[in-house]
Amino acid sequence: MSFPWANHYEPKHPLMKWVDDRLPLPRLVYNAVGAGYPVPRNLNYFWNFGVLAGLALVIQIVTGIVLAMHYAANAGVAFNSVEHIMRDVNQGWLLRYAHANGASMFFIVVYLHIFRGLYYGSYKAPREMVWLLGLVIFLLMMATAFMGYVLPWGQMSFWGAKVITGLFSAIPLVGPTIQEWLLGGFAPDNAALNRFFSLHYLLPFVIAAVIILHIWALHIPGSSNPTGVEVKGPQDTVPFHPYYTAKDGFGAGVFLVIFALLLFFAPNFLGHPDNYIPANPLSTPAHIVPEWYFWPFYAILRAFTVDIFGIPAKLLGVIAMFGSIILLFFLPWLDNSPVRSGNYRPRFRQFFWILCIDVLILGYCGGSPAEEPYVMISQLAAAYYFAHFLIILPLLAKLETTLPLPNSITEAVLDGQSGSTLSTNTQSAPSAPSH
Amino acid sequence: MVRPLGILAGLGFVAILLFTVIKGAVAYIGEPPAPTVEHEFHLHPRPLELASDGPLGRYDRQQLQRGFQVYKEVCSACHSLHQVSFRDLTQIGFTDPEVKAIANQWAIEVPSVNPDTGEPATRKALPADKFPDPYANETAARAANNNALPPDLSLMAKARHGGPEYIHSLLTGYRDQAGFKNEKGVELLKEFPDAKTPASLHFNPYFANLNIAMPPPLVADGQVTYADGTKATIDQMATDISAFLLWAAEPKLENRHRTGVAVLIFLLIATFLGFLAYRNVWSGVKH
Amino acid sequence: MATGEQAAAPHTDLADDGVRRRDFINVAAVSFAGVGAVATLVPLINQMNPSADVLALASIDVDVSAIKEGQAIKTIYRKQPLFIRHLTAKEIAAADAVPLSELRDPQTLAERTKEGHKQWLITMGVCTHLGCVPLGAGEGETRGEFGGYFCPCHGSSYDTAARIRKGPAPKNLEVPEYAFKSDTVVTVGGGKA
Repeated sequence: MSFPWANHYEPKHPLMKWVDDRLPLPRLVYNAVGAGYPVPRNLNYFWNFGVLAGLALVIQIVTGIVLAMHYAANAGVAFNSVEHIMRDVNQGWLLRYAHANGASMFFIVVYLHIFRGLYYGSYKAPREMVWLLGLVIFLLMMATAFMGYVLPWGQMSFWGAKVITGLFSAIPLVGPTIQEWLLGGFAPDNAALNRFFSLHYLLPFVIAAVIILHIWALHIPGSSNPTGVEVKGPQDTVPFHPYYTAKDGFGAGVFLVIFALLLFFAPNFLGHPDNYIPANPLSTPAHIVPEWYFWPFYAILRAFTVDIFGIPAKLLGVIAMFGSIILLFFLPWLDNSPVRSGNYRPRFRQFFWILCIDVLILGYCGGSPAEEPYVMISQLAAAYYFAHFLIILPLLAKLETTLPLPNSITEAVLDGQSGSTLSTNTQSAPSAPSH
Repeated sequence: MVRPLGILAGLGFVAILLFTVIKGAVAYIGEPPAPTVEHEFHLHPRPLELASDGPLGRYDRQQLQRGFQVYKEVCSACHSLHQVSFRDLTQIGFTDPEVKAIANQWAIEVPSVNPDTGEPATRKALPADKFPDPYANETAARAANNNALPPDLSLMAKARHGGPEYIHSLLTGYRDQAGFKNEKGVELLKEFPDAKTPASLHFNPYFANLNIAMPPPLVADGQVTYADGTKATIDQMATDISAFLLWAAEPKLENRHRTGVAVLIFLLIATFLGFLAYRNVWSGVKH
Repeated sequence: MATGEQAAAPHTDLADDGVRRRDFINVAAVSFAGVGAVATLVPLINQMNPSADVLALASIDVDVSAIKEGQAIKTIYRKQPLFIRHLTAKEIAAADAVPLSELRDPQTLAERTKEGHKQWLITMGVCTHLGCVPLGAGEGETRGEFGGYFCPCHGSSYDTAARIRKGPAPKNLEVPEYAFKSDTVVTVGGGKA
């Protein structure tokens, strides 16, 4: 693990030495996030989002555990218990709004983290495992967030649960049985609510465990960097501490400022008013929508409105929705261009921006009513999404012309370009600087 | 192996979606969806200025007390407020003895049990009690209101888009359907002759489906005689009840704003210090 | 080579790391953040304190006009049993007659009641041994050897002033904070109810 020039852990304090001799945790921390982990020196702010995601998880776990001291997961009292928290529990309003908006912050940060990976080719060899574990974390996050939103037992909680668990009935033959098994009944009710609470409490700790694997897998090859060129020597790196602890500390400050603005001044902006109405199985809301971070996938789900060759549209939508995430697992093999970073792949870069806009469009459609023109726009946007990953990227990898890479990180940094495109150097020339 | 399969799958998805789009486009052109009466005539809430607006907003306690009076005298006969406790009224400026009196004299009593016979009974409310429901259950509520269920108002200001603005617009928004026109000048009953408001409902363009079961609750100026002497026009009463219902939904708004300012100032300073420390650590290191 | 030296610069800088780590701005930033972290703990710990609805029930008003001489009632105060007894003159005399030296937890009846309301004995209904609810307040319940209350769990016997006389309990039945709002209404708990 790591590089041969990495600093070695030398405990100065006798207590630390005593602990380390018996349980090498201090040296583990030192080698993972301390001065013992060399990191490329040219990382930009897009590399902050991993740590911020970890911070968001800690915030969710802490506020969640504390909320669970007051929440009651029984259909008859759940809604009232949340209002009890908001009104009577000391600083309950703060904890509840922190947890609800913290979930949104978690997804904002994770989406930026994922898109960093997409642009800079972080998913490519030898970091495929980091990418795969990351997708597992993303799936667990989505399950956790979905179940968490059901817990207040508002109208959107109930009807969102109804729609999503209803999707399972689309599976041929075994669908309805699976749906009943999931719900413990025929519709979301007390059985579903209680088990969702249990699993919602459990999954974040599973996420934490997968994050440890995710970081471990990363630390084998070490972090990538904006040039996509591997670390060649000690001049390419700086120790994680204090360089990136300082940078991450600053980044955390910016994160918390945005979080505070949301929490204290617009706590219901990202939510839906209907969830302040107690769940009513007899009254469907005018427009059922999930939380904003699910909107792109919801748009893909609803885009399929026509039965094809006897396959019901509902099933097609379900397959496409799950498929849109599953295909990401194959990305390292779909896009096997040897050039990692989008900085050196101009055609790839153009398509990347189109993808970003496409996902934003899908998101907007997902939050809109299932009417025209949103339905047609979703269909076109979904078509592009699948075309991008399944057709365009594989073809690009084969056909594109890439820009010449810098010979090393240091060269890129010293040329003042920090990983942006170089105009004169060719890949095979000796490392003479151009200035 | 992955790539050819991937390309095939991709072509499959794209083909299905393009087929769907074209089919949908053909259907849309051939038979464009008809505009609905709700879409054409529903009005969005009008703006409403309250003291609690903005990141530094605070409640106007006088207004909240007036709004409470409107709730008490106009709304509470049908609408519960069961997430709010009587003791919460101390937050809007009532003293403890006043709150005790309000609870004790509240027209609706709290369910209880006769200590001698065990039969269901009622007792006078205490400050610790939540506002009791005017009806024993949903069935009773519907039976007394022409099968309509008057919703609980504790969270109404957060449970509707537009919040207090929606409430104010709704309460002042009852209109005569005959001759009602939208801003394009289209007359409702001419365009949609089948959309006549049923006899048991009332036309209100601010309500989602335009016809609301609640008859206009504020019908005349001076319906409530304000304790503080403010002139009780319909608009004033509607504004005051909207402010009160916002407080009922968000009693912690002021704490939230105050804490938010303090936290934000702290974080901005901390982030700035963090930035300086970051630059200090990295000074002289090319990156 | 110029490039090589420049490229090696970070490492010579690193040799100064010890000095840099003690830079004031770094210390200031970390301390400020530390203060923030501690401040964050406050709501996390305070949320476990009793919530507003629990505190609202922290004081109750009881109308004692219906309790006849010689009778007692049991009610709930802060989710625990509360005994209110209307002492007879005989019971008061019996309590006053006991020399303090005989008591495990010496207190006079006067100390355990309010001036002018000596006939009202208001105590918690929780045995000070291990927390059972003593008998004696209800109609027909045994009042033990000393005519007050008797705890069936381990045999603690209390007298007419609810003072421990026999058995394992260490202290007299607790007298909560209370005050007579009027001759017929007692506010137990001293709050604003």
